[in-house]
Amino acid sequence: MDWVWTHAGAIWALVLEHIGLCVPPIVLGFVISIPIGWWASRNAAVRSVLLTVGNILYTIPGLALVVLIPVILGVPLLNPVNIVVALTIYALAIMVRSAADAFASVPEGVQQSATAQGFSGAQRFLTVELPLAGPVLLAGIRVVSVSTISLATVGSLVGISSLGDLFTDGFQRNFLLEAVVGFVLVLVLAAVFDVLLSTAGRLLMPWTRGARLSSRAARTVAMPLAPAVRR
Amino acid sequence: MSIEFRSVSKTFDDGTTAVEDFSLTIPSHETTVLVGSSGCGKTTLLRMINRMVDPTSGSILIDGQDIAGVPPVGLRRSIGYVMQNSGLLPHRTVVDNVATVPMLTGVPKRKARTDALELLDRVGLDRGLANRYPAQLSGGQQQRVGVARGLAVDPNVLLMDEPFGAVDPIVRDELQRELLRLQRELGKTVVFVTHDIDEAFLLGNQVVILQRGGRIAQAGTPKEILANPADEFVADFIGAKRGKRALHAERVDGDRVLLVDAAGYAAGIVEAPGGRISVDDLALAEAGAGPKSRSVSNKTDQAGDA
Repeated sequence: MDWVWTHAGAIWALVLEHIGLCVPPIVLGFVISIPIGWWASRNAAVRSVLLTVGNILYTIPGLALVVLIPVILGVPLLNPVNIVVALTIYALAIMVRSAADAFASVPEGVQQSATAQGFSGAQRFLTVELPLAGPVLLAGIRVVSVSTISLATVGSLVGISSLGDLFTDGFQRNFLLEAVVGFVLVLVLAAVFDVLLSTAGRLLMPWTRGARLSSRAARTVAMPLAPAVRR
Repeated sequence: MSIEFRSVSKTFDDGTTAVEDFSLTIPSHETTVLVGSSGCGKTTLLRMINRMVDPTSGSILIDGQDIAGVPPVGLRRSIGYVMQNSGLLPHRTVVDNVATVPMLTGVPKRKARTDALELLDRVGLDRGLANRYPAQLSGGQQQRVGVARGLAVDPNVLLMDEPFGAVDPIVRDELQRELLRLQRELGKTVVFVTHDIDEAFLLGNQVVILQRGGRIAQAGTPKEILANPADEFVADFIGAKRGKRALHAERVDGDRVLLVDAAGYAAGIVEAPGGRISVDDLALAEAGAGPKSRSVSNKTDQAGDA
């Protein structure tokens, strides 16, 4: 274990680099998938085309994508943008489907009710559809987060620094501890991101907690009203 | 705030005609109930009033103004809307649900919430529920919040689309009484849609019985309709023939109508020259019901009092 302590600084730097590689694709995947997913939820043809494209994209091997993107974008192979773009594509492949499901999950009655109350289209989208799509969007982004953190290690194969460096280096030097440390850190990082996301979800969507209490709460409140019910 | 339908028709994109050449004047400060089986176009008619549905032809006027020229969003904010299953926003607390529309129209949040709490009192809801989410309320409580929300901008017109259709009969009864009380206090122009003829007779000052395609089978006060069903369809719909109704009319001769209760006892006789009958006549007849008549106490009776 001494190796870990003597290299703590370098390992920490890799953790930060790994985070730096993962955050932009997660955020971009989330933001871009929202308008696309909303569109797909309104139009069955769009939905089926987008989801098929998403599935195909997801089957492209990571390494192939990382090598292809520089050719398409004309950036150097070692530019981290390559990894960010590749990971964003994977994020979208997962997230567009989630977003389409999320917007489809918003009850039709609530949407009609909001329109009938006088919400404009934009107000309805921002203050009704988006928050109500929240729980399914959150489920999607949690999958994206875990998958992105794990996929980012592939960058090490083409020389872009991440926690994956610990695998490649460990295997090349036949130094198992280093690879194991990399493996554990990727897991820990994924877990930390997941906890952060689910906590943010609970804070931003307090009504999802309330629903679970519903039946008991309704009963206790209904009790004092009971005499009024009798005629 | 009278509402006028002028030969309104609606054909949907899929080719179904929901309403054909419908004309009706809905008087202000009263409750008009559109009643009919599913497919009679009653909800379509209701939704035309706040432009959730635009007519294919014909026009709708509110206080003489053709609403086709009124921007829908603004129009909807000025009209209360209460629907089945409350349609509350599940992610907003009770008080915020009620305060939503006033806040859309620019009322400051604090004032909108204070007003919302007063509205909760008004519809008979405990203020302790203000910070709950809709899912934490019973169905009846949710419907009350729905009514409070419909009243939040103090609209002149209140549209109610089967608002009590999804609650159990006891709660429905309670909500109906509450609505009658509110309407006595507020005097809104209420347009109420239901398939329940008892509910229609209880709540409506004017009841409009609809057939397929929004064809008016009969329109009138509950007592006019009961005393003088326009045709077989109406008689069947109000259940007069089957003896289902607690109070129904039996023709004695050309000018007089005998009201009979469910057990077959005479409840009173009404003078109805030419088959037409006025509410005043009916009230008199009921007040002076003879000693052989049993006292009349049922929903039909309350409808006249409302």
